[in-house]
Amino acid sequence: MKQKLVVIGAGMASGRALEHLLENAPDAYDITLFGAEPRGNYNRIMLSPVLSGEKTYEEIVTHDTAWYAANGITCRFGEKVQRIDRAAKVIVTPKGQTPYDKLIIATGSDPFIIPVPGHDLPGVLAYRDLDDTNAMIEASAKPGAKAVVIGGGLLGLEAAAGLALRGMEVSVVHLMGHLMERQLDEAAGYLLRKELVGRGIKIHCSANTRQVVGDGKVEGLELEDGTILPADIVVMAVGIRPSVALAKEAGLEIGRGLKVNDQLVTSDPDILALGECVEHDGMVYGLVAPLYDMAKVLAKTLAGEHDAYRGSQISTKLKVTGVDLFSAGDFADGADREEIVFRDPARGVYKRLVLQNDRIIGAVMYGDTADGSWFFGLIKDEEDISEMRDTLIFGPAFAGGTPMDPMAAVAALPDDAEICGCNGVSKGTIIAAINGGATTLDAVKAKTKASTSCGTCAGLTEQVVALTLGDDFVLPAAAGMCKCTDHSHDDVRRLIRAKELKSIPAIQQELQWKSSGGCHSCRPALNYYLVCEWPGEYVDHAQSRFINERVHANIQKDGTYSVVPRMWGGITTPNELRAIADVADKFAIPTVKVTGGQRIDLLGVKKEDLPAVWSDLNDAGMVSGHAYAKGLRTVKTCVGTDWCRFGTQDSTGLGVKIERLMWGSWTPHKVKMAVSGCPRNCAEATCKDVGIVCVDSGYEIGVGGAAGMDVREVQPLAKVGTEEEVLEYISAFVQLYRENAQYLHRPYKWIAKVGLDWVKSRVVEDAESRKALAERFEHSQTFYRKDPWAERVAGAEAHEFNPLADLTQVAAE
Amino acid sequence: MSDFIDIGALEDIRPQSARLVRTAMGCIAVFRTADDEVFALDDRCPHKGGPLSNGIQHGRSITCPLHNWVISLSTGMAEGADEGSVRTYPVQVSDGRILMDARALAESMAAE
Ligand SMILES: Cc1cc2nc3c(=O)[nH]c(=O)nc-3n(C[C@H](O)[C@H](O)[C@H](O)COP(=O)(O)OP(=O)(O)OC[C@H]3O[C@@H](n4cnc5c(N)ncnc54)[C@H](O)[C@@H]3O)c2cc1C
Ligand code: SF4
Ligand code: FES
Repeated sequence: MKQKLVVIGAGMASGRALEHLLENAPDAYDITLFGAEPRGNYNRIMLSPVLSGEKTYEEIVTHDTAWYAANGITCRFGEKVQRIDRAAKVIVTPKGQTPYDKLIIATGSDPFIIPVPGHDLPGVLAYRDLDDTNAMIEASAKPGAKAVVIGGGLLGLEAAAGLALRGMEVSVVHLMGHLMERQLDEAAGYLLRKELVGRGIKIHCSANTRQVVGDGKVEGLELEDGTILPADIVVMAVGIRPSVALAKEAGLEIGRGLKVNDQLVTSDPDILALGECVEHDGMVYGLVAPLYDMAKVLAKTLAGEHDAYRGSQISTKLKVTGVDLFSAGDFADGADREEIVFRDPARGVYKRLVLQNDRIIGAVMYGDTADGSWFFGLIKDEEDISEMRDTLIFGPAFAGGTPMDPMAAVAALPDDAEICGCNGVSKGTIIAAINGGATTLDAVKAKTKASTSCGTCAGLTEQVVALTLGDDFVLPAAAGMCKCTDHSHDDVRRLIRAKELKSIPAIQQELQWKSSGGCHSCRPALNYYLVCEWPGEYVDHAQSRFINERVHANIQKDGTYSVVPRMWGGITTPNELRAIADVADKFAIPTVKVTGGQRIDLLGVKKEDLPAVWSDLNDAGMVSGHAYAKGLRTVKTCVGTDWCRFGTQDSTGLGVKIERLMWGSWTPHKVKMAVSGCPRNCAEATCKDVGIVCVDSGYEIGVGGAAGMDVREVQPLAKVGTEEEVLEYISAFVQLYRENAQYLHRPYKWIAKVGLDWVKSRVVEDAESRKALAERFEHSQTFYRKDPWAERVAGAEAHEFNPLADLTQVAAE
Repeated sequence: MSDFIDIGALEDIRPQSARLVRTAMGCIAVFRTADDEVFALDDRCPHKGGPLSNGIQHGRSITCPLHNWVISLSTGMAEGADEGSVRTYPVQVSDGRILMDARALAESMAAE
């Protein structure tokens, strides 16, 4: 019979330990995992990019439900363990008892809340988990909101930078004389402070907190000197304490943390522990690299093999986009210590090495951290540096006066140089993985875990892969949008949001476009992203639109245009038909054609005639059919209950309602819809981007169909009972697509990328999210639900249609 | 020099846009770049005659709206793998006015 393994804490440490255990001894245990948070395991260190808007929660999940299910792990999320009964070998939760043969404690840390008056007011937050992060994001949504962050260490500064990117007014209150005093010396702290102040963050060093003030909620923070800093939220990031309450009550041996030996076993042989909650050899750690080392050993112990954990050397980086900072080891002054310092004030670069007995024991770098991992390697290996002392500070790239190119610098690294600090991956490990058959960057990441945690070593990892694979190296497809940038579409969208970029030049400047004005592939995409992100605020850039959208007609092979008036739900009238016929006569339009989407197309209109054609059609009550647009095209319908003997619902009426709701919206690609009155499906609703099939009991909504170069059948999204629900569901679906899809991806492509389950979780399962999406769609529609033809007839963009000059009279001499 | 014809103000063309000048021999597209440089080309793509004035302009290039050939505004040559060229005309900007060389225009007419 399998042994029962119970794990308390679904955090980063237990996640990694379970992975190793399943590799080493996949069948040894029946595993039950308890987590106090109502969700599975995510990369906690990526909360900072989530806070700043550079990543979404979904992107930082490391183990999803499917992973646990595939590995047969029973998950009890949202269930906090209250007690460990060692005598009975059970753990106790509000839902009852669970027996164990072996127990892992991985409860992490509790954030420390300074017990000043007012610390319990609503609006005082810690920075530890997703809920804290979401609370901060929510607070930042209020215009002009202010935040005070107490603590100028790694965590506090990441919080401050994230909140500032979200548009909050942020002050940092720090007890010590300079920022990050545990990692940086004064000079580097000064440069960091200057950078943050430059970003609009106020910094108060040597400042102590007297109390949080406020009536019923946070209103400000009072310092010892009486200064009051107004605040809507106060974030306390002043330190963490190992979370040992459970272990302590169970009578396990506790020091500063839960004590473990080299095998990660506690004072009870059946109870193991790892992560931030433990103390090993007198040390307590607050970073992931050590706990990943622990995870390997703990898994071995549980698999019955011998291994030993011997403590970890740690280095730190600050994950604030655009700030390069690296620190490792010990850099305090001392009589037996020497130092080498390099300063380049113009570039904002500072480097300092602390030496003892010809060995580096500490390194601080600001502004240029490229050599960080090399120095860290020298510290860990206690290498004698007397031979290279003269050029040491310039790093491994220095060879005879001129720095080598970055690739050469990476090539010069020894095999045991550490590339990924979080996961302890060396250059040699990456090369071995490649020689073992991992021939893409993704495969190398999956195999070695390099750059999968905090991500600051991504570039370095890529360089090692590129170097080893040589010509075989192809950069992953997610690479740049086009030759003008290395950012992917997804990154650009996120950064537009996070940095509040509101124009194409602002994006190109801030995201360091490589061309001066973009190109014909990135500009239309950027224009769309801005239209979608800032409705009503962003001024459309006509010069970045393809001609069809610029002149609201389709360009044809001979340079003439075609015009399609909207016929709501496919319904027209004798008057409309007469007007169309008159226009065709008046402008000598050669072809009048019924389209595949049940509308009438007038083909062969000269560009200069367009405004007059539109004017006549407008006079007859018709508006643009957007047959040219990356937007809603048509809603095709059948005749439904009005006429058909099979019809179960008013499919035509619903089609008209949908078209009136959706018309004029801009989307990443064209969107076609249809409504059929019964499963006979005469409107061909099952090969549309959104298709509705009416049935006796209501409406089946399908999404992601297509009938173009790829032919796809819709996938079922939801079944609903009323027309109102149909309208809300499809508004939410379209908005989710608008906000997330890459430009020029039809819904089916986008769904293939994000997964239908994810779409459903937003649009179907979560009513609040559905409502919010539908509201955002409606808000945007208040600006875009209008007829572009009428605006042109009224004279907008007239220059498009009139020549600059007429020289037909200038005769040849 | 009376050989130059004033065809309009620089301001009449938006940056990164084009406008047409009608001539007896067909339309000439006058382009204004983001940096306020001005170029004039026949409004016919060397590929299948696409109206270049309707394309998306970037740097000193124009992408034809029909099949995405990229044409250099300064030389009229197709860029990249495509081959072909379109006739260009000397233009200059003086005191905010766009001036076109009438002699080049006349030569082109005579040549047709
Ligand atoms: C915002 C932020 C940024 C960070 N950035 C970095 C970085 O850049 N680099 C770095 O190396 N480290 C960073 N860290 C630290 C890193 O996240 C931690 O070292 C790591 O998560 C610790 O892992 P753990 O498994 O020990 O604890 P955790 O990941 O905290 O997991 C512990 C889990 O146990 C659960 N738990 C606790 N008590 C109970 C109970 N009684 N019953 C059930 N469940 C319980 C908790 O809810 C929690 O989910 C950062 C941390 C934060 C908060
Ligand atoms: S889909 Fe059904 S209701 Fe609509 S026309 Fe066809 S048979 Fe009639
Ligand atoms: S006509 Fe210009 S690219 Fe084909």
